[in-house]
Amino acid sequence: MLKTFRIGGIHPNEHKLTAHCPVTPVAIPKQVSIMLNQHIGAPANCIVKKGDTVKVGTLIAEASGFVSANIHSPVSGTVSKVDKTANAFGLYATTIVIDTEGDEWEETIDRSPELKEEITLSPQEIIQKIAQAGIVGLGGATFPTHVKLTPPKEFKPTVLIVNATECEPYLTDDHALMLESPDQILVGCRILMKAIGVEQTYIGIENNKPDAIALLEQHAARYLGITIVPLRTRYPQGGEKQLIDAILHKQVANGALPVSTGAIVQNVGTAFAVYEAIQKNKPLVDRVVTVTGDHIAKPGNYRVRLGMSMRELIDIAGGLPQDCAKVILGGPMMGKAVSNLDSPIGKGCSGILILDEEHAHRGAINPCIRCGKCVEACPMGLEPFLLAKLSENHLYDRAEKELITSCLECGCCAYSCPSNRPILDFIRIGKNAVNRIIRSRKQS
Amino acid sequence: MELTVSPAPHIHGRLSASQCMYSVIIALLPAFAVSLYFFGVGALIVTLTSILSCIVAEYLIQKYLLKVKPTVGDGSAILTGLLLGFNLPSNLPIWIVIIGSVVAIGIAKMAFGGLGNNLFNPALVGRVFLLISFPTYMTQWPLPAVSRWSYTDAETGATLLSKLKEEGSQWVSQVNISDLWIGNQGGSLGEVGAIALLIGFAFLLYRRIISWHIPVSILATVFVFSFALGLGEELSASQTTGAWQHAFDFALIQLLSGGLLLGAIYMATDYVTSPMTSKGMIVYGIGIGILTVVIRQWGGYPEGVSFAILIMNAFTPLINNYIKPKRFGRA
Repeated sequence: MLKTFRIGGIHPNEHKLTAHCPVTPVAIPKQVSIMLNQHIGAPANCIVKKGDTVKVGTLIAEASGFVSANIHSPVSGTVSKVDKTANAFGLYATTIVIDTEGDEWEETIDRSPELKEEITLSPQEIIQKIAQAGIVGLGGATFPTHVKLTPPKEFKPTVLIVNATECEPYLTDDHALMLESPDQILVGCRILMKAIGVEQTYIGIENNKPDAIALLEQHAARYLGITIVPLRTRYPQGGEKQLIDAILHKQVANGALPVSTGAIVQNVGTAFAVYEAIQKNKPLVDRVVTVTGDHIAKPGNYRVRLGMSMRELIDIAGGLPQDCAKVILGGPMMGKAVSNLDSPIGKGCSGILILDEEHAHRGAINPCIRCGKCVEACPMGLEPFLLAKLSENHLYDRAEKELITSCLECGCCAYSCPSNRPILDFIRIGKNAVNRIIRSRKQS
Repeated sequence: MELTVSPAPHIHGRLSASQCMYSVIIALLPAFAVSLYFFGVGALIVTLTSILSCIVAEYLIQKYLLKVKPTVGDGSAILTGLLLGFNLPSNLPIWIVIIGSVVAIGIAKMAFGGLGNNLFNPALVGRVFLLISFPTYMTQWPLPAVSRWSYTDAETGATLLSKLKEEGSQWVSQVNISDLWIGNQGGSLGEVGAIALLIGFAFLLYRRIISWHIPVSILATVFVFSFALGLGEELSASQTTGAWQHAFDFALIQLLSGGLLLGAIYMATDYVTSPMTSKGMIVYGIGIGILTVVIRQWGGYPEGVSFAILIMNAFTPLINNYIKPKRFGRA
């Protein structure tokens, strides 16, 4: 019996159209746009100006606090503009635009393909270097990695969990990366283990990726303390709390930090980026992006320089199909629908999903028939129908008591609802309102 | 190009409310076939009348009283009609069936606000209304497989449960249990064929339309409770030889006769009127099981499934309020 999390969950059609597409590097874009707020936390401070020349890996924006991240130039060339531009959702933020000339890298970066296994840096130095390299959670959360590796003093990490579940339908960037660079990922795990001082790593992979499980198991034998854990395919297994429950059989208490269970969770793509930063001096300047959809001509897993426009990458993948009606940044369960395709690909972009007219719209909303399917599906053990109703009626006190703030926003409730009710939309509104009330209560 | 923008999730499980309703209707077809075989033309007339008058009642009320777009296509009125018909004797005159349908749809469903808002199972409200209003008509049970081509003039007899009630549990030894499995017994027209009803149950579980919690907790409770009663009776009469066998037969007859299977699988599991959480469903099911046996054993009626379900329907909001799902992180 394969492990999985214990409460709720769904199993949508997997649609892993690009599961067998190897990571393919794409041409360097002629121009890149780098948004300063592409991570969680404070936006970075721009340290270049129009006319400056930069190389690949040159620091162009500095972290502006502890929870913030450095940003490096993904191309060599000249800064042509520092200005506010619209992101994928139409919101404006400061952006550095660089015109590409050639492909000249900073001299310190080791571009040789050799695997470097020996870890020479101390834990302190590793964390510092991860921060310098601007690494953030690459699964989509974009939380600065160095912050996550520095838990509050009262918690002592005992185990590293690497999230290679890729539980969202359609996405395969982690899958392709595991097949391409298993050793680099495993060395990255060893580095992270040293940084947080643990002896054990579990890499959780869902069993819809048997080739990745087999390959990593074969390679992991050479590394001390790394165990591959095959998991039963179920969404949202990649949720931090669900993954800890699936692997360690421990549930993070309501309101507590995940590290209170002793586990620190990192995405598999992040482990790869850590390898490159520590062993090869390479800051985060590119990533793997799945471009997929039922009607796109050349779906695939592309290694992309950050800052390339979404439209350019979609054109490389065969262009927008005629019947395209919706473009999603990320997976179909938690990804966001974009309105501006000319915005750049950022650190958190795991995939671009193109849906046709038929799949772009929701079904007609019918009355709640109280079937309880949302309760059955909720991985946090909440009552989504009730939370949505309370939020709809502005009954925020009761919503708080019913634990609306524990909602992950995974979407299992809305996915399962036979009446197509916008359950999660109402819960989001209520959750924001309740969080606002809690904050103002703390202030007074 | 104009891109559609909406919040996640962007995909849907594709199970719709009307699919749920039609799946239950499909699950009831084997039982309907059994009913047609044993009760013949009467079963057909009563069931069709009930379905048709439920649809018409819902349509007229929505269109002319509530002035909303009629939603008879969602299958819920058809299902109510089918279930009401299944709960009636096959010799019931058409005009009584129509009254039952109007009560079920008009009072039990629409007066509460339509689909999703009713507190009590509409089909059962209709049945119980008829049982109280027309007790003579509602307790004349056509004999199975005797007069297939007659309707209101069908030859009638007592049901198994009423015989048990009159003659005591000693009557158990005369029951041919295989008749109960195939449906060769008197009773409401859709409740008789145990195997057919269980086939539908398997289909609903397989399609994940309902979960096992409510039917299994009802059936287990009735079985265990009846078994204990049967055993106690034998032991108090110092009949030690064969007491276990007697108690087992008694409990099995309780499971397979009357409306228990129909009620446990198809009526108690009505989404709208049953609890939302699996723990709540089990509490609800145990409640129905206990009430059923209590009414059958000590109540004024030989059969108590309808009353038991309606009483527990009334407790559903309370159960929902107090029995919460197992929360994550509060093990």
